[in-house]
Amino acid sequence: MTELLNLSRRKFIIATGATGLTIGVLAACSKKPGEPDYSDMEPNPEVNAWVHIGHDDTVTVRIARSEMGQGTLTGLAQLVAEELECDWAKVTTEYPTPGQNLARERVWGDFSTGGSSGIRRSHQYVREGAAAARIMLVEAAANEWGVPVAECTVSKGVVSLKGSKKTLTYGKVASAAAQLAPPLDVTLKDPKDWTIIGQPKQRLDTADKLTGAQVYGSDVKLDGMLTASIRQSPQIGGKVKSLDASAVASMPGVKKIVQIGDDAVAVVADTWWRANKAVLALPVEWEGGVAFSSSEFETELDDGLTSDDAFTGNKVGEIAPAFANAAKVVEATYNMPFQNHAPMEPMNATAIWTPEKCEVWCPTQNGEAALAAAAEAAELPIEQCDVYKLHLGGGFGRRGMSDYVSQAVKIAKQMPGTPIKLQWSREEDMLHGFFHPITKARARGALDADGNLTGLHIRISGQSILAALMPQALANGMDFATFQGLLPSGVDARVEDQTLKYTFDNLLVDHAMRNPPVRPGFWRGVNANQNAIYLECFMDELAHAAGRDPLEFRLAHLKDSPKSQAVLKAVAEKSGWGADDGKSRGLCNFYSFGSYTAACAEVTVDADGNLKIDRIVAATDPGYAVNPQQVEAQVQGSFVYGLSAMLYGEITFENGVAQQKNFDSFNSMRISEMPKVETLVMPSGGFWGGVGEPTIAVAAPAVLNAIYAATGKRVRKLPIKDQNLRDA
Amino acid sequence: MAKLKVNGKSHTVDVEEDTPLLWVLRDHIGLTGAKYGCGIAQCGSCTVHIDGVAVRSCVYPLGALSGEEEITTIEGLSEGASHPVQQAWAELDVPQCGYCQPGMIMAVAGMLNTNPNPTDEDIDAEITNICRCGTFVRVREGIHLAKTKKA
Repeated sequence: MTELLNLSRRKFIIATGATGLTIGVLAACSKKPGEPDYSDMEPNPEVNAWVHIGHDDTVTVRIARSEMGQGTLTGLAQLVAEELECDWAKVTTEYPTPGQNLARERVWGDFSTGGSSGIRRSHQYVREGAAAARIMLVEAAANEWGVPVAECTVSKGVVSLKGSKKTLTYGKVASAAAQLAPPLDVTLKDPKDWTIIGQPKQRLDTADKLTGAQVYGSDVKLDGMLTASIRQSPQIGGKVKSLDASAVASMPGVKKIVQIGDDAVAVVADTWWRANKAVLALPVEWEGGVAFSSSEFETELDDGLTSDDAFTGNKVGEIAPAFANAAKVVEATYNMPFQNHAPMEPMNATAIWTPEKCEVWCPTQNGEAALAAAAEAAELPIEQCDVYKLHLGGGFGRRGMSDYVSQAVKIAKQMPGTPIKLQWSREEDMLHGFFHPITKARARGALDADGNLTGLHIRISGQSILAALMPQALANGMDFATFQGLLPSGVDARVEDQTLKYTFDNLLVDHAMRNPPVRPGFWRGVNANQNAIYLECFMDELAHAAGRDPLEFRLAHLKDSPKSQAVLKAVAEKSGWGADDGKSRGLCNFYSFGSYTAACAEVTVDADGNLKIDRIVAATDPGYAVNPQQVEAQVQGSFVYGLSAMLYGEITFENGVAQQKNFDSFNSMRISEMPKVETLVMPSGGFWGGVGEPTIAVAAPAVLNAIYAATGKRVRKLPIKDQNLRDA
Repeated sequence: MAKLKVNGKSHTVDVEEDTPLLWVLRDHIGLTGAKYGCGIAQCGSCTVHIDGVAVRSCVYPLGALSGEEEITTIEGLSEGASHPVQQAWAELDVPQCGYCQPGMIMAVAGMLNTNPNPTDEDIDAEITNICRCGTFVRVREGIHLAKTKKA
């Protein structure tokens, strides 16, 4: 098996500088001075699929999920190291390939990395795999000494024989352990005995990210490789009518001009700059596109706000009598635009195709989907293909799609035997996203004479992600994911992690599906992002309309969710909520991806309407915090993603063409706009919640509610960028 | 043919003069530490030093170089990641996906070359790189920590 993994390693040659020095992209251990030399020894076999231990006691943990910044690599390794009882200082990691997973009957399970699920959906079998490896290693040591296993103890990768000074390191018994039958039953450690899980360990992938040594997909270099730049139909649904290859064929470095499928062209050249220059100069005629306008689509969204074709996502009691008997009815309409994921590394993939084999090197959030896409584009049996994953230069959901993998293979197929790196320009990346869906919502609340909320109706109008990407997941046409964070509890265990934690006497949440021709995608946080704005900005409006404190008003409706109360109270207390200090604060709490989150934002808005987000206190209860310092990093980072969307993020379409093509028109917040973030990591234990996404949802509502506190103005249409916060 | 000095080493490249320095470094010299993020000097992922000054190499044409300048990329910033910024970044685990970080580190190192003791206001004014993972809180902490470190 180690040999199998090494196969991809050998082929992956990176030329660093003019030195031609070659390094492996996967974990490779180099001998340090004074260490024994094991190079003449046959490498140890793996102990099991999850763990390989070298003669030098280096522990290589196999990681099925993809590292894209969220720290899953380190967190998963902590889970393994905990149960393995190895020395954390000797832990390194590597990615098995999706092809190996297929060949071994999916021994590593799901490779898909999305929905903040890397740890929470695999912690059980990953820890069991590590515990099994530990049992086998200890048994091998016991066999070596000819004693019962009960005579042995283990700590930090060293097995000791009780009552003697005899020890054996894991590296010495790994080969024998690999021959043993795996245990039928394993018992996992009690969380109170954890020494690695729950510790703020430093990331395992930092060092190479400080020196330029980290190899991303964009940096892949293979012998004889050529580089391609692509142009896809700028208009949605457009096809290539004609292209004039001769016009650019003699440009410097150009090797080949190709069409990819029916909707894209590419130029293959010796360098990317030359390929890109030529593809931009290539005369192409397009036809058959859709003249979609996002501003005109507003009419359809507005229709959906009051139409009677809505799917019911959550219903409690009857809202009609509540509104009929209301002392006061509050109503508000909110808008959320399309967003681009805009990871810092534009889409890319490198492929080699021959009639016998197809191999792809790429950053992907879904290795198995990338492999399937490669095999389909290669027109080869999947067993003759493989995908080698690299750390992602950002994913955010975009790299769960495999369009760029298919394209790279389709180009490579036209140049058999030549490695082709397809690198998208930022402009292609911006124009051809899988966009965060466009929605609008109308919220209505009924208040009685005492300021109690007696009825609440949230009508969502707009785009369904599942209808476009996973229509098989629709239930009688309904997209349950649209209701993320607003779903009823206790109805469907599969979505229990995305349910509403407020208790309301009379509630209706429904969705009028209005699908534009723009392809939607899962965008970090997904539908929780706008649903939290719809719910939590409106709860703020209701509290003010009822003349009640927004904290007290929320807590009253969180009576059945003590964990939600705990995070909300924690941010309120830490931020100084209610203090008579002239600060403008806004609150929010939300539950998504299995984690309880809350935030309190402090803002100032000057006389000209300029916003400054001064401070955000955030709390999250993810059940178990595998690595608290990385949970903190995710909270901080998620705010940049959520607040960039709130401040600037918007893709608009005119005549079927996205109008934002780069960061000059699709802006992202900078360090000068970054508030102070104080993170409260509050793991209450007993469950495994997500970390990468849940806190995005609370950032924007907390800030929007604070803006109201500062100005008396409600911002209900995002992004904020072109609105003056001081105009009525 | 154009000559240029990168990380103390001379190179001769046969490239069109309008080719941005970024692509000369990445595709002709083989130094892939500086990253392509936008191509229009917005994001700063491509930041390198020319005579110690941070520049966005994605819009810096080869033809604008005389060949005498000392160009420094992330690969040449220090031996063994010993630059104060790299030390601080390691200590605080600043990078997430890390793609923007070579540019971020070079931008910060460039700022420290001329302003060894930047205030928060200086940081706000000078560090304008985009990071979509959102490492800004730790970038700021890292800058203040780097001020206290020696190479």
